[in-house]
Amino acid sequence: MSSADWPLWEVFVRSRRGLSHTHAGSLHAPDAAMALRNARDLYTRRSEGVSVWVVPSAEITASSPDEKDSYFEPAADKPYRHPTFYEIPEGVRHL
Amino acid sequence: MNPAPASAALALGDDALVLSHRLGEWAGHAPVLEEELALANIALDLLGQARVLLSLVGDEDELAYLREERAFRNLQLVEQPRGDFAHTIARQLYFSSYQRLLYEELAQGDTAIAELASKAVKEVDYHRDHAEHWTLRLGDGTAESHQRMQQALDALWRYTGEAFEPIEGLAVDWATLRARWTDRITTVLRQATLTLPNGPQSGAWAAGGGRQGVHTEPFGRMLAEMQHLHRSHPGATW
Repeated sequence: MSSADWPLWEVFVRSRRGLSHTHAGSLHAPDAAMALRNARDLYTRRSEGVSVWVVPSAEITASSPDEKDSYFEPAADKPYRHPTFYEIPEGVRHL
Repeated sequence: MNPAPASAALALGDDALVLSHRLGEWAGHAPVLEEELALANIALDLLGQARVLLSLVGDEDELAYLREERAFRNLQLVEQPRGDFAHTIARQLYFSSYQRLLYEELAQGDTAIAELASKAVKEVDYHRDHAEHWTLRLGDGTAESHQRMQQALDALWRYTGEAFEPIEGLAVDWATLRARWTDRITTVLRQATLTLPNGPQSGAWAAGGGRQGVHTEPFGRMLAEMQHLHRSHPGATW
């Protein structure tokens, strides 16, 4: 069996406590346990992470690029949706 | 801190250096890209250990690139050709289990080796985990993977005894180390539906051993490849 037969997995890495997991990339692996190990070797070797998730790529439902306009356009011109009028207190990071 | 015994640093440093080179040979040849990186990562961990250990003895480049075969003190186990993937995993299983137990012991001391060992033990823990994981998969996988894994374990078994010959300057209970190693290997192999090899772990055929500077035939060719660039261009820098 070559890696071409192995399913694709998406890798999410949390770089620090308090931050959320961020998409880091993808890889091939025969199962979840191996995917997690491979993710460790591929994406966290330069101390990028404290936690890793792997998700089968096939399990991800994505929005279609064709629907971009109806999905995302309307949000652009409504500044009141953005909490930009608050002052961020000192000492609050990752906001 | 006590000065590290040079002979011990040389033995452990050579193990790490030579195995690192053998693992590096998988670059461009591993069965899958993800595994190639896993092996390269392990190789780089070992190279890092080798640099620290050899620096305790002298100039690391001189020691790595300008020594003759007979001056190397590594185990014959680590100098064997990489073979197929099962061979590499069998060697990783034997060696990383040994290194993991040894470093755990050494980390208790107060020499410069102890400092390296306490840092490296976490790396080696992952190396062992990687090897055990693959041993389970190959042993309990298909008929072919099982057969190849068993063949590799049997072929390398005769190089394992040497690892438990005492190294001068290291305060380690070698008999206990050997017993713990055998325990661990036995458990993993049983889980993987493989059989613990039962041949001799060393013997007269070995004609001495790597720790005495006696090496097997493939090691000379490996050294030639590893050293030729440095020897052709002495003192070259990037």
